[in-house]
Amino acid sequence: MNEAKILVYDGSFNGYLTAVFQAFEQKLIIADIQKEESAQSGLFSDAKLVYTDVLKSKRVWNGIQKKNNTAIKNIYFAFLSETKGIELLLYRYIQKLFSETELLHLNFSDDIVLKISQLAKSVGREKHRMEAFVRFQLTKDAIYFSNIEPDFDVLPLISKHFKSRYADQQWIIYDVKRKYGIYYNLDAVEFITLDMDGIHSNKTKKSNVFTDEEYEFQDLWNNYFKSTNIASRVNLKLHTQHVPKRYWKYLSEKKAVS
Amino acid sequence: MSFERIKEKLNILADAAKYDVSCSSSGSTRGNKNKGLGDSTGMGICHTYTEDGRCVSLLKILLTNHCIFDCAYCVTRKSNDIKRAAFKIQEAVDLTINFYRRNYIEGLFLSSGIFKSPDYTMERLVAVAKKLRLEENFNGYIHLKSIPGASDELMYEAGLYADRLSVNIEVPTISGLKLLAPDKKHEDFTKPMLKVKNEILIYKAEKKITKSTPIYAPAGQSTQMIIGATGESDKDIMYSATHYYKNYNMKRVYYSGYVPVADDSRLPAIGSQVPMLRENRLYQTDWLLRFYGFGVKEILNDTHPNLDIDVDPKLSWALRNLSQFPIDVNTAEPRMLARIPGLGMNSVYKIINARKYRKLTFDHLKKIGVALNRAKYFMVCSGNDYAHKDLQAIQIKGLILQNSQGKFRNNYSSQLSLFN
Repeated sequence: MNEAKILVYDGSFNGYLTAVFQAFEQKLIIADIQKEESAQSGLFSDAKLVYTDVLKSKRVWNGIQKKNNTAIKNIYFAFLSETKGIELLLYRYIQKLFSETELLHLNFSDDIVLKISQLAKSVGREKHRMEAFVRFQLTKDAIYFSNIEPDFDVLPLISKHFKSRYADQQWIIYDVKRKYGIYYNLDAVEFITLDMDGIHSNKTKKSNVFTDEEYEFQDLWNNYFKSTNIASRVNLKLHTQHVPKRYWKYLSEKKAVS
Repeated sequence: MSFERIKEKLNILADAAKYDVSCSSSGSTRGNKNKGLGDSTGMGICHTYTEDGRCVSLLKILLTNHCIFDCAYCVTRKSNDIKRAAFKIQEAVDLTINFYRRNYIEGLFLSSGIFKSPDYTMERLVAVAKKLRLEENFNGYIHLKSIPGASDELMYEAGLYADRLSVNIEVPTISGLKLLAPDKKHEDFTKPMLKVKNEILIYKAEKKITKSTPIYAPAGQSTQMIIGATGESDKDIMYSATHYYKNYNMKRVYYSGYVPVADDSRLPAIGSQVPMLRENRLYQTDWLLRFYGFGVKEILNDTHPNLDIDVDPKLSWALRNLSQFPIDVNTAEPRMLARIPGLGMNSVYKIINARKYRKLTFDHLKKIGVALNRAKYFMVCSGNDYAHKDLQAIQIKGLILQNSQGKFRNNYSSQLSLFN
């Protein structure tokens, strides 16, 4: 009898797509798809380790993309949400996508479709937020450096934006929660990991990593932020709705200076 | 540079510039060139929000707050006793570049008090933009103010370096302008507007033939009106806005609730409340006109010269036109769906796609995100008879107000509160 399988992958998107490839190729009954680091075996199902194969994942990517461009974008974005159980949800979505001839991603009356499109939207929103909330600080070795702590794993999504914008300066954006970053070396963007002693938030205490001028500009920005406010229209609720408190510690304009 | 001095200037000149509402940084087509700095092809980004909840996307400053004019509504008017300052061209450039490199801003919004003459002032504004583009290879967003009365030649040059140009009409009626800004003529505002509009049309026509035509003000023009300074009606404001959208191809008209900055018998006294709710209703109307297919005469006319304050303009229109409802969400045209109160254009889009697959029920609509507390009185869907057919407009309004909350409601409620 064909038993339901749990596929275990390495946590990367390529790994996940490889798992999807295997499931389709071997016509497996899928009980779950899990990350290696948090895998749990089921009572009535076998676990099976999937080895990431970029060629296979590429085939799945292309296959979905050929079906529909928005669908592949939704799948990638929703995957980066790191929501619990997202792998199985996406698998069901992909199954549906290949079994129907119509434009499935527009069927907002379907629970899975609606859920995936909403998750993709949340991740898109976080991506946009990070494009806004990154605050570079200039180091003494002329690198513009920023720490972030996004809700979702959006670094892969924002690198293109920053590359085309800051083409003439070296920069690093480092995700302290997921412990990796992207570094632009004036030529290309690469993934990096750093040994950091402490995070670089908007502390008032000066770090000798950064130039002296850096703090002058933060001060100017902080000042500008205050003078551009219209006190008779104050609306703190709206303010925190747009700039949620969890992001404040990296924003130089929210630094507690007099 | 001396940071202390710059800080002082920045405080004065940002403070004076903050009454300009526009902070949009979208709609441009200027990409990164030769691995320079900046790119403004994407959507606009609000890098932060001030405590009054307004988006900060651009470094918004005046080049100077010295001014030869004495417009009653303006904080930098000649007769006002305030600190004056002026940026050097290089200072404005350095500030923009350094803020931009740190990802604080999308670009620069440069305005100015009028010193010496309109042309002299405009020349300086253009010089900042030119320097940013040609010397710093800066491809971020630049919004320049067109100075009323500036010459056509300067307006042409401004459009070559700026992404957006704007002249603030400030007072929506000509009679109001005479009263509050006697030094300025209506034509001073419209002349640069017309020049920019025509140049954009010429650019678009030439672009079709010669691909390398240099871009001219790719993000178009905008303008701004002060609300509640001269006793104008909502009808005056929206008819005037429609005029500018139609005849000058405005990208945006902004509405700015008047913040009292002067003791002047012609104006609301200092300390009067800023008409923020009214401003909000005007923006809602603006959206209905631009995205929802409403005509301005449907919403505002001689019988209804002002917008309802307690309900939004779409709901208000629907209550006056109950004969057009209920609308069946499973069959109605998109145009009609957009007229149901509580349905935004996103919901309309989702509904017209989803209903191809099945008849939609209340549950579907709820999950899609329709504001059913308003919508349910104006629509029918599958498995739900129109249960509200016997209600009068006034009853529907009462029910909706009863079952919802509004943050401004206390300010205009005629009902005294028992516990306060």
